[in-house]
Amino acid sequence: MAQTYRTMLVDPMVDNNPITLQVLGVCSALAVTSSLQVAAVMALAVTLVTGFSSMFISAIRSQIPSSIRIIVQMIIIASLVIVVDQVLKAYAYEISKTLSVFVGLIITNCIVMGRAEAFAMKNPPFASFVDGVGNGLGYGLILMLVGFIRELFGSGSLFGITILETVNNGGWYVPNGLLLLPPSAFFVIGLLIWGFRSWKPEQVEDREYRIQTVEAH
Amino acid sequence: MEELLSLAVKAIFVENMALAFFLGMCTFLAVSKKIATAIGLGISVTLVQAITVPANNLILTYLLAPGALAWAGFPDVDLTFLGLISYIGVIAAMVQILEMILDKYFPPLYNALGVFLPLITVNCAILGGSLFMVERDYNFAESTVYGISSGLGWALAITAMAGVREKLKYSDIPDGLQGLGITFISAGLMAMAFMSFSGVKL
Repeated sequence: MAQTYRTMLVDPMVDNNPITLQVLGVCSALAVTSSLQVAAVMALAVTLVTGFSSMFISAIRSQIPSSIRIIVQMIIIASLVIVVDQVLKAYAYEISKTLSVFVGLIITNCIVMGRAEAFAMKNPPFASFVDGVGNGLGYGLILMLVGFIRELFGSGSLFGITILETVNNGGWYVPNGLLLLPPSAFFVIGLLIWGFRSWKPEQVEDREYRIQTVEAH
Repeated sequence: MEELLSLAVKAIFVENMALAFFLGMCTFLAVSKKIATAIGLGISVTLVQAITVPANNLILTYLLAPGALAWAGFPDVDLTFLGLISYIGVIAAMVQILEMILDKYFPPLYNALGVFLPLITVNCAILGGSLFMVERDYNFAESTVYGISSGLGWALAITAMAGVREKLKYSDIPDGLQGLGITFISAGLMAMAFMSFSGVKL
């Protein structure tokens, strides 16, 4: 059983990543990644919410009538997000200001709902918890990678600590301002997906149309 | 009036929900393969957004804001922490009601939009609209305008994206970039194009 828990935790990070393969929860992944610190807080928040919501939903799964299950799931998730939001406001006010609406938007993050619906409704609480945490971490991994690239090359620092001395401060590095702007997140994730799929070719999507070469006669 | 107009233009172009704040991305990427479906979804989002943002504004002003319960004899009560759960409840309920009304009175519209309505409850653009309304302290008139125009902005973005993708499927794209990868990159280019609106001073 220990082996399966390990696979459940590791599998969503690379082989079945929620962002690069299942296309879930992309919204916040793009918006909060311009600095690594914010990305880390967001990753932690999503991991906790996914883990615990899966656990609670799984614990009461046989009591939920299937016709109102979405609303029940939504209420559990929303309550957890309120807890996270209040904790952030109390202990990390600055970061909660930067995250602004995106903490609230964890409620509609498809990863949380997706795992609740696809896994927690059919499996025991502890397994659902591990699955939720695994998917949260898979999401966090991409978030941190994108945050790392954007902060390092966009402002020459990591976690707010200067790594590449920028020209403005008398250093040598000319920061790439584009990486701090919203569109760059799309490019970085697009390229990351390319990287992931070149590494794991079985994730490549099928073409809708094949390009045919016509022999000249 | 002038203020409301500039708010509308800002919400549609400069602060486009999909391309500047990345809201509703899951549906934006999943349902943008055909122009016809994209337009259907865009209209549904606009409709739901136009109803839920003002509705949540009323709930905030008359039930949740500090001192809002003074009419019921509780002038010191501050229920803003219940915001998230009430907004999502209102959205889920509104979508459900809208679905029933359309089914009963406008069957052709229901057949066209029906499949998208359940999807909309979990569309972050809808909840995001309500949360931005709270964060920016819009009053009732402003939130109505904001609801409608942010929905329109989203509809515009997904329709444009679907147009790009309909052409894109005939092109020769490297294997790993096929599908999701290239969609992200074209969305990035579109977001850059939309950024040029940010120079517009209102």
